[in-house]
Amino acid sequence: MTLSTLGPRTLVLRSGRRSVRVRVRTVVVSVVVTVATALVAVLALSLGDLPLTPAQVLGALLGVDGGFTATVVREWRLPRVLAAVLFGAALGASGAVFQSLTRNPLASPDVIGLSAGSYAGGLGAIILLGAGAGSVPVSAGAIVGGLAAAALVYALSYRSGIQGFRLIVIGIGVSAMLQALSTYLLLRAKLEVAMVAAVWGAGSLSAVGWAQFLPAAVVVVLAFGALGTLSGSLSRMELGDDAARALGVRVEGARLGLVVSAVALTAAVTAAAGPIAFVALAAPQIAHRLTRTAGIAIVPSAAVGALVLVTADIVAQHALPTALPVGLVTVVIGGAYLVWLLIHETRRRA
Amino acid sequence: MTAPARLAADGLTIGYDRRIISENLSVSIPDGSFTVIVGANASGKSTLLRALARLLTPTSGTVRLDGRPLGDYQPKELARVVGLLPQTSIAPDGITVVDLVARGRYPHQGFLRQWSADDEAAVTQAMDATGTADLAERLVAELSGGQRQRVWIAMALAQQTPILLLDEPTTFLDIAHQIELMELLTDLNARGRTLVAVLHDLNQAARYGSHLIAVKEGRIVSEGAPGDIVTAAMVEEVFGLRCVVTPDPVSGTPSVSALGRARVAQR
Repeated sequence: MTLSTLGPRTLVLRSGRRSVRVRVRTVVVSVVVTVATALVAVLALSLGDLPLTPAQVLGALLGVDGGFTATVVREWRLPRVLAAVLFGAALGASGAVFQSLTRNPLASPDVIGLSAGSYAGGLGAIILLGAGAGSVPVSAGAIVGGLAAAALVYALSYRSGIQGFRLIVIGIGVSAMLQALSTYLLLRAKLEVAMVAAVWGAGSLSAVGWAQFLPAAVVVVLAFGALGTLSGSLSRMELGDDAARALGVRVEGARLGLVVSAVALTAAVTAAAGPIAFVALAAPQIAHRLTRTAGIAIVPSAAVGALVLVTADIVAQHALPTALPVGLVTVVIGGAYLVWLLIHETRRRA
Repeated sequence: MTAPARLAADGLTIGYDRRIISENLSVSIPDGSFTVIVGANASGKSTLLRALARLLTPTSGTVRLDGRPLGDYQPKELARVVGLLPQTSIAPDGITVVDLVARGRYPHQGFLRQWSADDEAAVTQAMDATGTADLAERLVAELSGGQRQRVWIAMALAQQTPILLLDEPTTFLDIAHQIELMELLTDLNARGRTLVAVLHDLNQAARYGSHLIAVKEGRIVSEGAPGDIVTAAMVEEVFGLRCVVTPDPVSGTPSVSALGRARVAQR
């Protein structure tokens, strides 16, 4: 392990011809945020109708404690808390990819219509096929809907290249049209089906058990793997397409892989838990300010996304006498942030 | 002057979408030369450079590097031999000089080989050669235009390619910074790099270039050492400008003075 002589802030780990380079500040921020997420997750596992101490929670997790406590923690609460952590990370990473590709903090999947596409696709599966939230048809519908929305936004905003702000304005328009489509689908549905769809559509982790969590987790882990191999290309593409090509990046292939992976992340989360807004928008920007990296980095964005969502889910469950869908909490927090960001971006451009 | 070429194009037809810029263009870049491509606006000089860098795929014809078609190279393999400084590049928000220069090492890196001693040495060398070592910890956004362009060149140098292509590297620089940059390029060339640059300023091209390629409407009109080919007739043909060519009082290389209508003394 050596400190790079090129500035005190990078750490190089070498073993033979193998070497890994990391920024000290990025690692510290990611570790601190991850530890905080773990603490909040333990807190989330201890809260509920049966209040538990952290020691009881850990005992149940490690299998020391058997019986009812273990059932409550492992079967009832754990899938939901793990889902909050993993889905938050997925949304944060997805937002980071889009914000980095477009070089614009507004271009997150929930603003540019991809979440709306996943929602419409999932809703179509629920209403037209009678599928349940988190089932395979809903996941497939969400992924197809998200990719179709991505293709539509891309095609409409392409004019010899993609310019960030045009993509966002068109994305907002597409998003509005897809929401209208979703409303239409809901109005056409039978009452019982519409109620299932409405609960799902509010964006809630309350219905997430192991059966909903595991398929989504598989998609998320695969997409993370793909992003891991493409992140080097992504950071070169921040320099512009020509510069990235000159550095030996396969720009078209990398961009396609990145978009598909990021859409898959949003879609997997949407399929299991419904649309959860603003985590993808806010997490990369919070991470960017904490780590002060050049451009948007995926790992810290995912770490912050996990912390944001697991915290928001505690607020949703326990802050008020009635439990709220977590999507509502993220909308309230994120909405304020979006207004601030819009004002900030407009001023910067003016 | 005509050393064997590593990079050469044969019978190229290139263009964007359906608009053809060049047809049946053949060119070879003398190894070890400082080749400068000159021509009027929209004459196809940048297009030619982009085809040499494989940013554009020709509709017909082939660009070859060491006898092998560019299309047969893996992207990273090519990027270890041919570097490019594009006309426009974007510095990500909040990037420092050393971070940006280090990104030039990408073609030499892999998933399990992210930062070798060679990478470190190449980055240090590139910053020393461009006089940007003192700026290492500064943010790229805070630099002056001249400094910033030197940082981009440092990034291209860190790539350590024997051949470096530069698309209008002096645009947006004031005259002093233009000269500074041209001298830096001359030094790099003297140390063994083959350079190919697209330039607007004919006098600078003639002074610093060792091999000139004059392009008009996608064709090569004239090619050779500046002293041999920069003549009033060539300038008139390529740029449609009547002029007088005299030896530059400092360098002795051809210097072009326009014959216009206004402010013409003693003629």
